[in-house]
Amino acid sequence: MTTIKRPDGRKFDELRKIEAKVGIIPNADGSAMFSFGDTIAIAAVYGPKKMHPQHMQDPEKGTLRCTYNMLSFSVTERARPGQNRRSQEIGKITEWALSPMVLIDKYPNNVVDVHINIIQANASTRCAGINAAAMALAHAGIPMKGLVSSVSIGKLDKQLVVDLCKKEEDWEEGEGATDIPITFTNDGKITHMQLDGKITQKQLKEAIVLGKKACEEIYEIQKKALKDAVEDEEK
Amino acid sequence: MNSTQTTPKITEERIKKYLSQGKRFDGRTPEDFREITIETGISKNAEGSARVKIGKTDVLVGVKMDVSTPYADSSNKGNISVGAELLPTSSPRVEGGPPKFTSIEIARVVDRGIRESKFIDLEKLCIKEGEKVWNVYIDIYSLNDDGNVLDAAGIGAIAALKTAKMPKYDEEKGKVLFGEWTNEKVPLSKNMPISITFYKIGENIIVDPTLEEEDIIETRVTLGITKEGISSMQKGEKESLTVEELNKILDLSESVFNEVFKKIEKHIK
Repeated sequence: MTTIKRPDGRKFDELRKIEAKVGIIPNADGSAMFSFGDTIAIAAVYGPKKMHPQHMQDPEKGTLRCTYNMLSFSVTERARPGQNRRSQEIGKITEWALSPMVLIDKYPNNVVDVHINIIQANASTRCAGINAAAMALAHAGIPMKGLVSSVSIGKLDKQLVVDLCKKEEDWEEGEGATDIPITFTNDGKITHMQLDGKITQKQLKEAIVLGKKACEEIYEIQKKALKDAVEDEEK
Repeated sequence: MNSTQTTPKITEERIKKYLSQGKRFDGRTPEDFREITIETGISKNAEGSARVKIGKTDVLVGVKMDVSTPYADSSNKGNISVGAELLPTSSPRVEGGPPKFTSIEIARVVDRGIRESKFIDLEKLCIKEGEKVWNVYIDIYSLNDDGNVLDAAGIGAIAALKTAKMPKYDEEKGKVLFGEWTNEKVPLSKNMPISITFYKIGENIIVDPTLEEEDIIETRVTLGITKEGISSMQKGEKESLTVEELNKILDLSESVFNEVFKKIEKHIK
């Protein structure tokens, strides 16, 4: 077996410190912050509301629409403000990651908007964004079957690790880095998965098992943040 | 801002009635700001950054830098570039897409407040005259809009600059080492400009409106004020202003500057 040490000293299956909080944006119908270590995502939900432009309305069911945006100063080399191909793709896969759990069939011609912003980036930003988005939707009171939880599984040379940070994403030794962001529903189904790198079928199966276990941990933290918010309101 | 008024007529009348007695819904006088909180260092990857809350208005500002060739007319000076985006996160009224005029105006007004007060010492940002100078990008994002994003943006910009450190630069290769910083601060002068906007509602001049108040303003004047005086100004929106009203604004400006300065001083050193 290889003897890889993670740059931040974590165990192979150890997540970074997670913080999760809902209700951070007063104007929004629902909002949440989710962080993996130095990666911080904020999500705000507006809706359900009439879809504009009108030609995009679906008379049969409601539409979920997600946008993903990296603030220019969230990364070390300034990102040009505005949407690009990467952010558009991540917005779309976020929609797909959430859709199976969101019950908006009963809102024809309406849209639920989810806006995700990355304040500070240190890898796994899409996963943090999806986690914040799921919490913000629940906080907005959108009917849902359950939550989704997202994590990145990495392979550094030959070693599988949970929750990649930037230094690991840029791993160059041995076989280099493989990055596998994956999203699970709380009943254990996969709603999103991507992969960049190189991995055998056998090891990918192991990665999925690791991902599922990590997402179960994340789910508990998301749930607790939502419960805490309800209890705070009752006080 | 007030292009899509949603404050109902009846509320508008009540706001005006209160103001005629020198009062506001939240108990402030017309010249009072809401509470201001500033948190710095919100992004470790920025040269400097700040989150400014004025009441429920919440704005993020970050400073990033890089190196390029100077403009021909300022070959020994660095450059400033200010961008602003009202995120769709911040209110149900904001739609996505390319920047609207409101965002552009915020960026322009903040830019001039900093530029004209000479708050950043641009000559010290010259690496080699005519060849290499630093660019300072100040990017502003609103997270929650409850009025007066303009002043929050201006205050956020100076707070972010105050904490900004110079990135490392490899002179031989002519490359910025992104993500690595020196201990040197971005060169600033003592002439710190604070953005203060005066808004006219009926016969009244107020500062720091909530969104409900901002919806019904007729015109506004933004001043970039330093301890030495006024270095930038912008009158916005359609309605006119009498000379007496403008004089009143100028008379008020010093005491409001002092109030705001006191409120932010403890947060930025």
